Amino acid sequence: MIIAEKKPIEEIIQEVKDFDRILILGCNECVTVCEAGGKKEVEVLASVLRMYFMAQGQEKTIGERTLERQCDHEYLEEIRNIIDDYDAVVSLACGVGVQFAAEKYLTTPLLPGVNTICLGANEDRGLWTERCQACGTCVLARTGGICPVSRCAKRVLNGPCGGSTNGKCEISKDTDCAWQLIIDRLKALDKMDDYEKVAPVKDWSTDRAGGPRTVIREDVKI
Amino acid sequence: MSEYVSNSRLERVLKAGHLGVTSECGPPRGTDAEEVKKKGLLIKDHVDAVNVTDNQTAMTRMSSLAACIHLKLQGIEPVLQMVTRDRNRVALQSDILGAASFDIPNMLCLSGDHQSFGDCAQGQNVHDLDSMQLVQTVRHMRDEGKFLGGDAIKQPPKIFVGAAANPFADPFEIRIPRLAKKIACGAEFIQTQCIYNLDKFKEWMRRAVDRGLTEKTFIMAGMTPMKSVGMAKYMKNKVPGMDVPEEIINRLAGVEKKKQAEEGINICVEHIQELSEIKGVAGFHIMAIEWEEKVPEIVERSGLYPRPKV
Repeated sequence: MIIAEKKPIEEIIQEVKDFDRILILGCNECVTVCEAGGKKEVEVLASVLRMYFMAQGQEKTIGERTLERQCDHEYLEEIRNIIDDYDAVVSLACGVGVQFAAEKYLTTPLLPGVNTICLGANEDRGLWTERCQACGTCVLARTGGICPVSRCAKRVLNGPCGGSTNGKCEISKDTDCAWQLIIDRLKALDKMDDYEKVAPVKDWSTDRAGGPRTVIREDVKI
Repeated sequence: MSEYVSNSRLERVLKAGHLGVTSECGPPRGTDAEEVKKKGLLIKDHVDAVNVTDNQTAMTRMSSLAACIHLKLQGIEPVLQMVTRDRNRVALQSDILGAASFDIPNMLCLSGDHQSFGDCAQGQNVHDLDSMQLVQTVRHMRDEGKFLGGDAIKQPPKIFVGAAANPFADPFEIRIPRLAKKIACGAEFIQTQCIYNLDKFKEWMRRAVDRGLTEKTFIMAGMTPMKSVGMAKYMKNKVPGMDVPEEIINRLAGVEKKKQAEEGINICVEHIQELSEIKGVAGFHIMAIEWEEKVPEIVERSGLYPRPKV
């Protein structure tokens, strides 16, 4: 899923302070699971803003709404009838939701309430970690199911680099060396011979490098 | 490995069966070329070629290529170090052509320290290619006479291609497979990480020899003299992938402070002499960090001087 984390409240206040009617818009998908932008976080942020502006002696209208998804026309349409009641929307969805809402409601300022971090997994309670960078050409079949693109700080395709120490990355003792994980996994699969296969120069045109990416499926088009 | 692939003197020394000697020179953090030239001239007659580091530890410095050109103009043969951290395949190929246009005949392909160690921790890293793919790229340009994109290169670069190896890094079981992989990619010479644990290095060499890898590449053992017991402890505890045995630290600690540097040189010379006898060792890469003036003494005392005429 997409992992996000809440923006600092000071930053959000700075962005919304000049608006009188503000809608806090949550999303019931990824950001709910990673506890950054679901219904609960909408309530908390709305309360904090109300208290802050009240303490400042300012009267603001702070509305709350959480949609099933913000990356889908159908659900975003649900706020069409209320959007004009607000001067600005703080979206707690990932960057996709913020933009999709902005595209739909051209005359309403859309402000992000979270920082979108990565595509990751919920590794433990309160711990989300990156697993994919959506490079567009998956190499996992060749790397024991562990991704060197997202999990190696140098995205080395023929690793490990010289900085791997005791299974950890040179950038931090808290970061696993992706290539140590790959090797451990190849060993477990009894496929260490695969280690010596050289990964060829990668086609990064399917990555960010190729510009905004699009998937077109004629078979599912209406 | 009989015919020459470049105009490299290092290539000729190694292929003639002599123990090769290289050293290293870090470009300055400014525009004063005299610093590079001075370092180069100090060691010129005692080495076959001089590595020029590429923004080592991710600190911004004069470009490796520019510093190589300064050395070349002094009659010193450079080994252009290139890391994949800062440049994509367009820039790397372009710099390879530029280097070859100045007759820089050697290259060492590296991934480079992560930028978080340097002065631009907030910068992007590139890593379009990795170090092995960079080795493949230079070989492709030289041997096929083509760019990665497939177009023909008008007058391809003639460059002797090297890579680094760390016999001590983790995980140990892939040290030899990884070396084999670099050689399969086309590394013609290997310069190793600094060696202090001779037993472990010898074991690594034995495995490399057993696998026939020393028939396919020239392995130059990396040597860095210790200036003090403090440096030895720092290398042991702080530098990733470094193996400094307790006995080295004890030996340096056992002499009075002002004699530790001399003892560090003694250890380095003894290690070179011992490793010269090891099958598969093709030469030495002496990295005297900010201590270039000691390289001639180390080379002479190790019996590696004068350098052969080739």
